[in-house]
Amino acid sequence: MATVLVVTSGKGGVGKTTSTAALGAALAQSGQNVVVVDFDVGLRNLDLVMGAERRVVFDLINVVQGDAKLPQALIRDKRIDTLSLLPASQTRDKDALTAEGVERVISELREKFDWVICDSPAGIERGAVLAMRHADAAVVVTNPEVSSVRDSDRIIGLLDSKTAKAERGERIDKHLLLTRYDPVRAGRGEMLNTDDVLEILSIPLLGIIPESEDVLRSSNIGTPVTMGNPTSAAARAYFEAARRLKGETLVVTVPAERRSLMGRLFGRRAVA
Amino acid sequence: MNLLSLFRRNNSAPVARERLQILLAHERAFVGKSDLLAILQEEIIAVIARHVTIDREKVQIKLDRGDPISTLEIDVEVPSVAAAAALRRMDRSMPAVAT
Repeated sequence: MATVLVVTSGKGGVGKTTSTAALGAALAQSGQNVVVVDFDVGLRNLDLVMGAERRVVFDLINVVQGDAKLPQALIRDKRIDTLSLLPASQTRDKDALTAEGVERVISELREKFDWVICDSPAGIERGAVLAMRHADAAVVVTNPEVSSVRDSDRIIGLLDSKTAKAERGERIDKHLLLTRYDPVRAGRGEMLNTDDVLEILSIPLLGIIPESEDVLRSSNIGTPVTMGNPTSAAARAYFEAARRLKGETLVVTVPAERRSLMGRLFGRRAVA
Repeated sequence: MNLLSLFRRNNSAPVARERLQILLAHERAFVGKSDLLAILQEEIIAVIARHVTIDREKVQIKLDRGDPISTLEIDVEVPSVAAAAALRRMDRSMPAVAT
C-alpha cells in the first residue's frame, strides 16, 4: 500500500525541495520504491536539486493533460534505481493543473511506488492545495523563525480542511520537520527552540535538521545530502526522519557535526 | 566584546514565542472569518446611520489583539447638529416617562 506524502510549509525558502530530495533519497536508499513529484509549476527546482535537470523531456503537466504517458515522464535516478522523479513544467503556469488530472496521476503513481512524495510550491494557492489534495500524510517544513511558524500554522489549517482525506472526515497525519536549526543559538535563547515550536504548532516531531554547510554543497552538485555526504549531521538527521516515516520509534536528537582537529582549530570543516 | 555584554544576554526567543502564541490564538479563531472587521464596520455603521446622519469616512475601527483580552475600538464622529436632531426625534417618538 503506497503512502502519498506532501512536503509543504506555506513560506518559501525553508527547505521543502531540499527535504523532499533528501527524504526521498533516504527512503530509496533503504530499499523502498520512491517517486518525488515536483508541483511547483513554472518554478521547478526539484530536478536541479536531484541533479536531473538535463534529462527532463516530459513533465507533470504533459501527463495531467494526456500529452505523455506516465512512464515517459518519469526520470529514474542514475545512482539509486529505486528512486524516480516526476518534474514540473517550467513553461506552463499553475492553471494547467486540473484537479481530475492530478487525481489520476497520483492514483497511477500509487500503483507503481511505495512512496509518492509531493514537493509543494510555497503559498496557499491552487498549486499548494493540489499538491496536498491526495496526501495521506504531510511533512510540514518549518524554520525556527516567527514568519515560518505562522505560515506553518496556516498550512496545518489547510491540511485539516482542504485535503481529500479531511473532506472524508479522516485525519491526515502531520509531521513537523524543523530545518536550519542551530542548537547553540536556541540554547542561548536567541532562537525559538524545539519545544517552543512544538508547543505552538502541536503536531508530532519528525526530525530536526541542523543548519549545515553540507546542505548547500549538496544542492550545488545536484546530489541529495543523504547520498552525497551520508555521514554529515544533516544527512543523519534525514535518515532518522525517514525511518520515523516508516513507523520506527526513535528518540529525536540534533545530530552534531563531526569536526576534525584541524577543522576545530581553524573554525571550519576540513574538506573531506 | 566588553565585560557588560557577558552579563547581558540577548534572549529574544521568549519574545518571539509569546508574540506567536497570542497571534495564532486569534488567527485560529478567525479562520474563514477574515472579513470580520469589515462586516462589523458595515453593520455598526448601518445601525448608527438609522438614527444619526454620519459621515462614513469619519468612522474608525481599531482592533488590538492581546492576552487575556482584546479590545475593539470604534470611533464615530457625529456632527453636533445631527446628534441634536436625532435626540429631538427620539424625544417626540417616545412616550413620556413618569418619574
